[in-house]
Amino acid sequence: MNQALPTLTLKDFASDQEVRWCPGCGDYAILKTIQKVMPELNRPKENQVFVSGIGCSSRFPYYMNTFGFHTIHGRAPAIATGVKLANPELDVWVITGDGDGFSIGGNHMMHAIRRNVNLQILLFNNEIYGLTKGQYSPTSQVGTHSPSSPSGSIDAPLSPCLVGLGSGGTFIARSIDTESKHLSGIVKRGSEHNGTAFIEILQNCPIYNDGVFDQVKDKKLAPDFRVEVRHGEPITFGKENEKGIKLNRETLALEVVPCLGNESEVLVHDELNKVQAQLLSEMKGPNFPIAVGVLYKEEKSSFVADVYEKLDDSNAEPASLQALLESGHTWQAK
Amino acid sequence: MQVVEETEDNLNIGDGETLDVVVRFAGDSGDGMQLTGTNFTQATALYGNDLSTFPDFPAEIRAPVGATFGVSAFQIYFGAEDVTTSGDDVDVLVAMNPAALVTNLERLVNGGLIIVDSGAFTKKNLAKAKYESNPLEDNSLDGFRVLSIDIHKHVLAAVEPCGLGHKDALRCKNMWTLGLVMWLFDRDRTATIDSLKEKFVAKPKVAEANIAALNAGHAYGETAELPAGIHVYKVPKAKVPPGTYRNITGTQSLAYGLIAGSELADIDLLFASYPITPASNLLHELSSKRGFRVKTFQAEDEIAAVCSAMGASFAGSLGVTSSAGPGIALKAEGISLAVASELPLVVVNTQRGGPSTGLPTKTEQSDFNMAVFGRHGDTPIPVIATSTATDCFDVAIEAVRLAIKYMSPVMILTDGYLANASEPWKIPDFDSLKPFRVNYYDDPKDFKPSIRDEETSARVWARPGTPGMEHRIGGIEKSFETGDISYDPANHQKMTELRQQKVAQIATDIPLQEVCYGENEGKLAVLGWGSTYGAIHQAVKKAVAEGMEVSHIHVRYLAPMPSNLGELLSKFDSILIPEMNTGQFVKMIRSEFLVDAQGLNKIAGQPFKIGEILAAIVEKYRDL
Repeated sequence: MNQALPTLTLKDFASDQEVRWCPGCGDYAILKTIQKVMPELNRPKENQVFVSGIGCSSRFPYYMNTFGFHTIHGRAPAIATGVKLANPELDVWVITGDGDGFSIGGNHMMHAIRRNVNLQILLFNNEIYGLTKGQYSPTSQVGTHSPSSPSGSIDAPLSPCLVGLGSGGTFIARSIDTESKHLSGIVKRGSEHNGTAFIEILQNCPIYNDGVFDQVKDKKLAPDFRVEVRHGEPITFGKENEKGIKLNRETLALEVVPCLGNESEVLVHDELNKVQAQLLSEMKGPNFPIAVGVLYKEEKSSFVADVYEKLDDSNAEPASLQALLESGHTWQAK
Repeated sequence: MQVVEETEDNLNIGDGETLDVVVRFAGDSGDGMQLTGTNFTQATALYGNDLSTFPDFPAEIRAPVGATFGVSAFQIYFGAEDVTTSGDDVDVLVAMNPAALVTNLERLVNGGLIIVDSGAFTKKNLAKAKYESNPLEDNSLDGFRVLSIDIHKHVLAAVEPCGLGHKDALRCKNMWTLGLVMWLFDRDRTATIDSLKEKFVAKPKVAEANIAALNAGHAYGETAELPAGIHVYKVPKAKVPPGTYRNITGTQSLAYGLIAGSELADIDLLFASYPITPASNLLHELSSKRGFRVKTFQAEDEIAAVCSAMGASFAGSLGVTSSAGPGIALKAEGISLAVASELPLVVVNTQRGGPSTGLPTKTEQSDFNMAVFGRHGDTPIPVIATSTATDCFDVAIEAVRLAIKYMSPVMILTDGYLANASEPWKIPDFDSLKPFRVNYYDDPKDFKPSIRDEETSARVWARPGTPGMEHRIGGIEKSFETGDISYDPANHQKMTELRQQKVAQIATDIPLQEVCYGENEGKLAVLGWGSTYGAIHQAVKKAVAEGMEVSHIHVRYLAPMPSNLGELLSKFDSILIPEMNTGQFVKMIRSEFLVDAQGLNKIAGQPFKIGEILAAIVEKYRDL
């Protein structure tokens, strides 16, 4: 489709609904970034569909002046799959949270990723249940004190990006709610990806889990606890970019090394390398920085394209319903 | 009311001309009894008899050889006129081993014919069937006529020239037996030979062997010295309205109905489902139909199936999902979202024995309550039921029509019996069916997702991809005025009443209830829904023939019910409701119409017999 699209701005993508997240919520920043990035994608506004489940993040579609479907807890990936199957022309976005996407809806998430449906899944990970008032989530760190875990949570957290990779994901990325420039870059790349783009956004909940991502968000701490990976560039971080990530070939584990003197050993990010993506996804403090950026990307045909290709094969000649009704052995009664 | 076993002795097989016959093929689940039955059905349909079939198989795919719980059976009732059930009692029992004999003998009429493979009556197989002595030798079958043939020996001899191994050669014994039964009823083997050639197109040797076995079985009937009284039986052709006919199962008919519905509505259909017995065949049937406006999607679970169907509906296709009881329970939350967001959706429930896993391969009508009431909140949806294999076609079309016209989920209640049962179908002329084209809303002027059709109160359907139609919907209560989120108390009252009213008024858009057999008033109405149709029909017909003032009323629309149903029922002194559950519909009728309806309840995983309903009618009539 090469029609000229009208020039749109952020305002065109803001609905008339009053935004009702708590003051200071990271969701505001994400909303602004998405509204800002939409016109830059240069796609028809009427083809944008936002599907969400239940939770704070899932109110997102109400604030976008696009098509939106606020559905039921955990089911957004399944509903979005149906939307995309019905009309592959649509750009289908899934907005979900750590509880919605990886607890009650974990199964659908896994399958939407492995099928490579061609959706953009934005996971707002605040490591807590917000809308139900602060219980621990499947991404909460062990020991999280919450109304349902007064003496600290016991269950081990899962890593959304690792689950995404393990499910056969073809686009796995991570970004940060308030890093608008970084986030828009990732979202743009995700929207161009042929298949399911899974983007984990580290998001602060100022009410129930405030500061959980301070290390990667705080201007002073972030240089030492966050590493931005870019395809083809050495993986370095620190105030002076003095530290690098190296692969110990004996233990097959990553190490932090000074760049000076180790120039040749610092890993160069290869987003096509799945093993490396797994190692990078797993990095976390205090010993490692958290990796943000496109961790993994793979070219593979999308599920929806495959479905339509099969249909097109068989659609060469539209079938006759009357012939179907009369198929098999028939006989005449006089 | 209690179900009483029928005692009527119905000896059909006697002289050469007989009006109707029930044949039951029974064997190991690996013996190919379903294939045998299907081929015999085909030949019987082509012969011109009216017929009805009932495949009755175990949940085990391949039970241990010779085990009683692994017996798979296929029953066919065929005759010269008005066959609507698969028959009460069996006239001819084909038993491929002792287990098949012991588990099916009680169905056989006194004096009925048993055809057994004596080659399978080994010590080991007899022990597995818990026979202390060989019934073929101990006179315990004296009340029947027994045709005991060493089919093992005959089939090995017949297929020997084809050069198959011993095991593969023996696998042809079902076709040998079929050949013999075809001789018995004067059936033509051509269609079976054609289908064997087609089925084994890649294995010509196997095809050849099966055909050789079929022909040998037939030749055996012609040439062997059979016991006195066993000869070719002629069943006269049925008198049916002129037209082109085919045989069709409930599953096929439902699938064709959904495809026809999509054509009539001019809409794409996404059929999303998760495999479950006995509903999976509908997924298979639609998956194999290419070139129509139907896509199928095997979802990761039942919830994803209903949700992806709903997603398709949001996008402007019609979402259809299908399951059996336990799966429908999982879909309940999704169906409620379709009610709240007012999206069309068709849900097919092929009922099976419950609760929980229950009896997956057996039939029941116990999901009536779940269909009508089984969701959280005040969540009404239309529910319509199929009554025969061929009726599934019309019901599927009607479900598509209602879902689109009223922007509502619609549940089709069918069951395991109807899904697998087959009967002859007078093929409709598609052009004679009335189209009901879908209307999408596309006027951007003052657009709100809450705009409604004045007549139906249905919300507009504005598809993504249409400029100016951008809007948000969801599960949170929405304002009647704008469609935006609303927590206003008065608005919730209004919206709840609107949803109730929207479904209730469908009663004005469906046909008035008619009496399907008997007079419009009288002493007793036998009221049914779903697959009990055939048995009630025959029972009422017999009762009327005996001079009783009995009528049969069969309800397709369970929610909302036809507007005249209450008035119609009031014209009868008494109402009897046979159901394959503990009395779910009868409670609805009693509470809705304040009538003293009584239930007749069978919860055995098997359809009603005609005799059981007739006995209940006779007993009820006596008390009037």
